[in-house]
Amino acid sequence: MTRSNASPHIVVENLTMAYGDFVIQRDLSFTINRGDIFIIMGGSGCGKSTLMRHLIGLKAPAKGTIRFGETSIWEVDSDARQEIMRGCGVLYQRGALWSSMTLAENIALPLSEYTDLEPDQIRRVVSLKLALVGLAGFEAFYPSEISGGMQKRAGLARAMALDPEILFFDEPSAGLDPISAHRLDELIRELRDSLGATVVVVTHELASIFAIGDNSVFLDADSKTMIARGDPHRLRDESDDPKVQQFLTRGESGGGI
Amino acid sequence: MGNRLPSRKPVAEALDQGAEVRKITFDAAEVTDWDSGLLAFLTEVNRLGEKRNIDVRLEDLPNGIHQLLKLAAAVPEKEDTGREEKPSSRLADIGRWAQQAASESRDFFDFVGNTVLSFLRLITGKARFRRVDFFLTLQECGPTALPIITLISVLVGLILAFVGAIQLEMFGAQIYVANLVGLAMAREMGAMMAAIIMAGRTGAAFAAQLGTMQVNEEIDALITLGISPMDFLVLPRIISLTIMMPLLCIYADLMGILGGALVAVFMLDLSPTAYYLQTREAVPLIHFAVGIIKGGVFGVIVAVAGCMRGLECGRSATAVGQATTRAVVTAIVWIIVADAALTFIFNLMGI
Repeated sequence: MTRSNASPHIVVENLTMAYGDFVIQRDLSFTINRGDIFIIMGGSGCGKSTLMRHLIGLKAPAKGTIRFGETSIWEVDSDARQEIMRGCGVLYQRGALWSSMTLAENIALPLSEYTDLEPDQIRRVVSLKLALVGLAGFEAFYPSEISGGMQKRAGLARAMALDPEILFFDEPSAGLDPISAHRLDELIRELRDSLGATVVVVTHELASIFAIGDNSVFLDADSKTMIARGDPHRLRDESDDPKVQQFLTRGESGGGI
Repeated sequence: MGNRLPSRKPVAEALDQGAEVRKITFDAAEVTDWDSGLLAFLTEVNRLGEKRNIDVRLEDLPNGIHQLLKLAAAVPEKEDTGREEKPSSRLADIGRWAQQAASESRDFFDFVGNTVLSFLRLITGKARFRRVDFFLTLQECGPTALPIITLISVLVGLILAFVGAIQLEMFGAQIYVANLVGLAMAREMGAMMAAIIMAGRTGAAFAAQLGTMQVNEEIDALITLGISPMDFLVLPRIISLTIMMPLLCIYADLMGILGGALVAVFMLDLSPTAYYLQTREAVPLIHFAVGIIKGGVFGVIVAVAGCMRGLECGRSATAVGQATTRAVVTAIVWIIVADAALTFIFNLMGI
């Protein structure tokens, strides 16, 4: 995919993330362009999900700035931040559907909160979103009544409810069988192409990384900072960092552990 | 591994006694079956050998053992995981305890403040929650609690009457059982019993529900959508319980008085009418009002404790259990403290 008109959508500068005194990652700087599928990758426990929590406004950085367009999201008040976050859809690791509501109610909640649609129109939008993720007819089901893969897809339908500009995915293929994982990857790519959304994916699934990623950042748990960024294919072919090489080739190249 | 593991002690002792040993070999020709016990023993012998510069020969062991030992030695033990127990002094313990107490009370006031703000948003019509959720909670806090409240209150009334009857019978003043039971239930026991039952029943349920939502990232999902969990989850729960507690309290009072009447009629041979009239005489409505006010306050306490512990829950199954326990303990402690304070205040006011 050629992007001659790449314009920055999310800019992270000198970000340091910490829980109290315990630093997770320091000095992260990267840019996520409009329309990219951006991969945040790294081994287990390196702070990928924590980075996502920073990006979606759940956790304040210890240092550094995160800008969405022109706005630094942690330097404005919480109302303004929420306004920005309304333009983001998030698919959590296990779907995070509200368990006391049916799938239809889950997807309808953001719609009834933030749009002026009539109940009847909301019902139609909900059906459409469910159909998009292949769950047409499951409106009246509770999250506990469907399988894990279906919960994830329903979560995606909810994330798309308000037609967001940016979609975040936390480990989309974790816990899915290879076929469902592949279908979810396809879906992510199609959504990007058709909605023109920017997609940020936290994952360590190699198949997904190469199937959908345009750009990426690689977090390292030992040095506590990023050690590579760029197109994952290029990183695999050209990076001379042994850790990145090992990760992207499933440990089949490079030295010992 | 049902039996004890072989110990390395005999080996170590043999090494201490004997002359200089350079090499340890194993004769495993007759070994037909082995399990992790042997592996653990061999690892220890190996480590002993390393310490004393003895060559431990593992080559003669069955192939599987050999490979597993190599696997176990492949990644060296991780150091500086920061998990060693640091010896702590008494002073440091006290300091840590004080810091924790300070941060916990800050959290508490934070939560109460947020609840008040949330109420203000409700009054100005900005806070929103689903009406269905509210009515479900209302039902959960009220009608479905009636059976257990009935049982406990009748029994408490019964017990009070029994205790009183034995003493009062000595003076031939059995009829005053009605005063005892009526006053005790209306002013104290009705509200207290209802509150403690609701703390164990509904407060715990609140903490478990919100805690599980925290574990499932459902609360995060609300926040990223810009929906305040205080408005959406906490407010309907606090309102429901605060509405229902005074009602449950009245119900508990009446059930307790009924329990007292059972003892009076069947044990003391008083007529039901006499008991009723005596109760009416002895317990004017103001006493019920005292109990109902207490009930309302207890309702707020139980709901706040449950929701606060639920929202501050960690992200594991154990954390949900802890949140539930802490919700009940916090609620009961505060119920007793508030009861003492209110009783004192009502006393001063002469009610």
